[in-house]
Amino acid sequence: MHLTRDRIIAFAVLLPSLILIAVFVYGFIGQTVYISFTDWGRGAALALHPQMNLIGFDNYKELFTSFLHGRFRQDLINAFFYTMSLVLGSLSLGLFLAILLDREPRGEGIFRTIFLYPMSLSFVVTGTIWRWLLAPGGGINVLPTFVGLPAGHFRWTSSRGQILTFDWQSIPEITAIVVALVLLFLTIRTWRTGKHKRAFAVAVPALILVLWALFGGRMVPQMLPIPEKHGFNLATIGVSLAAIWQFSGYTMALYLAGLRGIPVGLHEAARLDGANDIQYYMRVAFPILKPITLSAVIILAHISLKMFALIFAMAGPDNASTGHPAVLMYLTTFRGNKFALGASIAVILFLLVALFIIPYLVSSYREQRRRAS
Amino acid sequence: MTAKLTWARVLLYATLIVVAAIYLMPIYMTVITALKDPADINLDTAWQLPSHLNWGSFSQAYAKLGPNIVNSIILAVTATLLSSLLGSLNGYVFSKWSFRGNDLVFTLLLFGMFIPYQIILIPLFQTLRAMHLYGGLPGLILAHVVYGLPITTLIFRNFYAQIPSSLTESAQIDGAGFFKLYLRVIFPLSIPGFVVTFIWQFTQIWNEFLWGITLTKYNANPITVGLAQLAGGQAVSWNLPMAGSIIAAIPVLIIYILMGRYFIRGLLAGSVKG
Repeated sequence: MHLTRDRIIAFAVLLPSLILIAVFVYGFIGQTVYISFTDWGRGAALALHPQMNLIGFDNYKELFTSFLHGRFRQDLINAFFYTMSLVLGSLSLGLFLAILLDREPRGEGIFRTIFLYPMSLSFVVTGTIWRWLLAPGGGINVLPTFVGLPAGHFRWTSSRGQILTFDWQSIPEITAIVVALVLLFLTIRTWRTGKHKRAFAVAVPALILVLWALFGGRMVPQMLPIPEKHGFNLATIGVSLAAIWQFSGYTMALYLAGLRGIPVGLHEAARLDGANDIQYYMRVAFPILKPITLSAVIILAHISLKMFALIFAMAGPDNASTGHPAVLMYLTTFRGNKFALGASIAVILFLLVALFIIPYLVSSYREQRRRAS
Repeated sequence: MTAKLTWARVLLYATLIVVAAIYLMPIYMTVITALKDPADINLDTAWQLPSHLNWGSFSQAYAKLGPNIVNSIILAVTATLLSSLLGSLNGYVFSKWSFRGNDLVFTLLLFGMFIPYQIILIPLFQTLRAMHLYGGLPGLILAHVVYGLPITTLIFRNFYAQIPSSLTESAQIDGAGFFKLYLRVIFPLSIPGFVVTFIWQFTQIWNEFLWGITLTKYNANPITVGLAQLAGGQAVSWNLPMAGSIIAAIPVLIIYILMGRYFIRGLLAGSVKG
């Protein structure tokens, strides 16, 4: 029949793209995982058919436990702080700006353009500009002198300072405490809704985790021969500032679209019920914006985990204080020719991103199915 | 909302103007630094306007970045056209010729948009080398076309979903087949969709850095790599990198200012669930 022939043509048109994606996305991911289990990178690593032997999880073990790879572990911590600052900074600033613009000031279009233009720039351009702004002799440190204060002396990206330091060995205990705190928060919320039994069921594992962290943690075998200090590198603040400058306009656009999507009647109704503006936002608008916040968190988290070019241009790839696994992967693979080790870093980075992306895609897939049926 | 001049209104404008000034501050510093003589750039006068305009930095930066700009134009134009065309055809199939497992295949395709590209970089490097495409522009174009497919397909699928099926069905009753339907009905309605993907892809490809620095040799370096090298050298005077930044940013800034509406649509397409 005519229509079936057209269906076959339609699929044939799609097929080349599907094959390309199958090979270049899924095939390549599989290949990188495979490489991460080899020892590629010894001797003639750049030969067209380099020698490779399977060595299992040795590369991963080395990254997490060898004292040569302390930088990788600090980079992971940095990636965590980069993500936290970019997500929290852009969300709060973006929401603030969206609420301001939602009040329909004159020249709204101009303000929107000003807040959003950094988003169109390349990370390399942003990095180059902010490198100058934050240079020890550059712009930002001079700012306080305009109001009569002494010039700043913070060295920004070349700062060596570190706060919130902790021993890498205590990561299991720290994780346990954080999870316990989250559970405790859930307990209180469940208790308040009156489901006392369920609250109890959440409180018990929280208590066990705390007890384990306080008394049982030492049963875990030591990962490293000596204590290793890690923490929040002050040098990362400058990079995060530039990233927030670049992406807060994006969250503003998302939130503004959401606020404008709220039916006018809802706002009127809230006002007739005697709600002031603060109550309107807290009770009516924010609950509606929740799904937008979720997408923004996912997009921003995955951007911050890919923040290679910004760090490269702003602090240089060799600056260990501002390091990021994405940069280290480049250095290890393409400067050090340690392909297998680079592949392992890439896999870890990929798993971290997948943690955010896969639930997002699954929920979006389910939504499509629901809409289709 | 009434526009009465109340204290709340004044506070609103004051806040907006202060924040806008902060957002524009980096551009101000970039422009004034680019226009200064290297000798005049120092800590005390960093914020002051240049005493006289020195346009020389721009011609100096352009002399160094010229070949990179040509590379980036060839790269961005070719890859944008190819990936948009493929995305349009794919979007047409996904929205008007849905098949079994349609949504699953589409979601698997979308996944390619969110991966950190480090995870495919080593095999991509190996494959391009085996195809003798490593180091030059064709290899980079190939990479941008392939990894551009998810976003372009997504934009066109959502765009075509808005075309009423009564329109396509009546054309089909008149005997239009797959391609005739595309050329007669779908393609003429696609202009806004193409504008969104052109702008999005061009900006993305123009701004891309990771593949530029790992997959091209010196002759094929795109503008971002050229700029990073211009700014990364030792003991640079800041006027040159600032002029280079302006040169690298101008094409995308112009697109953004003229076509901001479409730019935002591309932006939202990448984040609002399909």
